[in-house]
Amino acid sequence: MKSPAAINKRKAYQNIGLEWLIPAVVVVLWQWFVSAGLISQRILPTPVAVVEAGIKLVRNGDLFVYIGDSSRRALLGFVIGGGIGFALAIINGLLPLFEKLTDSSIQMIRTIPHLSLIPLIIAWFGIGEQGKIFLVALGVAFPIYLNTLHGIRAVDPGLIEMGRTYGLRGFSLFRTIIFPGALPSILVGLRFALGIMWITLIVSETISANSGIGYMAMNAREFFQMDIVVLSIVIYALLGKLSDWIAKVMERSWLQWHPHYRKGK
Amino acid sequence: MAPALSQGKIGVQLELPAKLPQRNAATGGIHIDIQEAQVQFGELEVLRNLNLSIPAGQFLGVVGRSGCGKSTLLRLIAGLETAAKGTVRFDGAATSGLRPDVRVMFQDARLLPWKTVLDNVRIGVPDGDRDKAREALALVGLADREKEWPSVLSGGQKQRVSLARALAGDPSLLLFDEPLGALDALTRIEMQQLIERLWQERKFTAILVTHDVGEAVALTDRVVLVESGTISHDQSITLARPREKDSSFAHYESLILNRVLERRPPANERDGFSI
Repeated sequence: MKSPAAINKRKAYQNIGLEWLIPAVVVVLWQWFVSAGLISQRILPTPVAVVEAGIKLVRNGDLFVYIGDSSRRALLGFVIGGGIGFALAIINGLLPLFEKLTDSSIQMIRTIPHLSLIPLIIAWFGIGEQGKIFLVALGVAFPIYLNTLHGIRAVDPGLIEMGRTYGLRGFSLFRTIIFPGALPSILVGLRFALGIMWITLIVSETISANSGIGYMAMNAREFFQMDIVVLSIVIYALLGKLSDWIAKVMERSWLQWHPHYRKGK
Repeated sequence: MAPALSQGKIGVQLELPAKLPQRNAATGGIHIDIQEAQVQFGELEVLRNLNLSIPAGQFLGVVGRSGCGKSTLLRLIAGLETAAKGTVRFDGAATSGLRPDVRVMFQDARLLPWKTVLDNVRIGVPDGDRDKAREALALVGLADREKEWPSVLSGGQKQRVSLARALAGDPSLLLFDEPLGALDALTRIEMQQLIERLWQERKFTAILVTHDVGEAVALTDRVVLVESGTISHDQSITLARPREKDSSFAHYESLILNRVLERRPPANERDGFSI
């Protein structure tokens, strides 16, 4: 507010520069090490080679198909799992009876590493799409459930009492007080869930798939195309960064009231 | 709902705004009648055999030591607690539960941090009308802060927003649960003047629960002392308004304070004030 827009803009660029400084240094060192012959090209291709492989895959159209397939699985699993986790948390947060009924079962299932279910899931669903989406949904549901439930519990009871004295009840009480009060915590869960979403997808795609980024990596490994293997790892990193950025944007636009998020750092 | 308030534009006003035109006396406060009320939390009897009648438009102070049940009495009148025995009557009709013409101001302002100042006040307007909320904000002198988040306001400003929210629905009964307890001395005096003025203009019934006997004497028509769940002392304050902290003020203050502390006043210093 105090400083003019120009200074703000410069500061924003500076921040972006600082954020990307370490990745840039790593890429430069990597290129230098490999091209100087300190690391064999057969073990680790140079960044330039990786980019070239990327351009080749973009030209023949495969890359976008793979990214599209992976993203579709990720998002579908995320929506299903996140939706179930969110709905369960809302029900359990508002109705103590339901919580008594389901919470300990949920806590028990939660402690199972969901990737350990892969053999079972292959047996149930085969190696098709459903298994991967199921696994992503399972992985995503718990962080959303836990954080939403925690958020609802953490809403100041004084605010709820205030709302009741002003005649808010039922859905209007939920919409005006409980949901916005739980939102910071829900968004933390969302961020966790996005991370888990990619991890789960990577693992399930490397096990069995005939499209997607994981398939691309496994396929390239068979033919020892190290540049494409590294490329797929880089794509995962970029997709992860992208989803984290989306979560950050949501925090900043929905939590403007919160002193912590008000001014973009 | 508030015809007298909408006369003319209310401009940007800082601190205590100018007097507003008088309201219709016809829409005065509620007459409250509590008989043999008993409130229990499990085994614990918080209020017992409590009888209290409050005429319409009176400003009543409720004092007592902490844990004596004074806040529970306020919550019973607000409809936040229900009486196990006995009745609460508003204008002769038995009542229980929350009512739209009764508003409560709590010790903490209880503003929703995710709503702007104006939207917080709009919660108190039955149909959510922005102009009515703006009028209420102007009443407490915060018309120019309507777009701010509550987190940037000072404690006194937050309580004024909370007061605006309570007044926006034009209540017939306003309950104050130590709303000034957390404020600094100067802000308190300002808030007391604001509350007194708004009460005089709008003629609602008001009940102030406080641990500060001086505050009760400064604001109210009548002070009741709650001791172990029942009213043990009832004292009218017949001082003229606005009240000055003179010797008769000190007389009332020490009278009630001695009663709270169960002390006999020293014989040679009857008007004095000492702890």
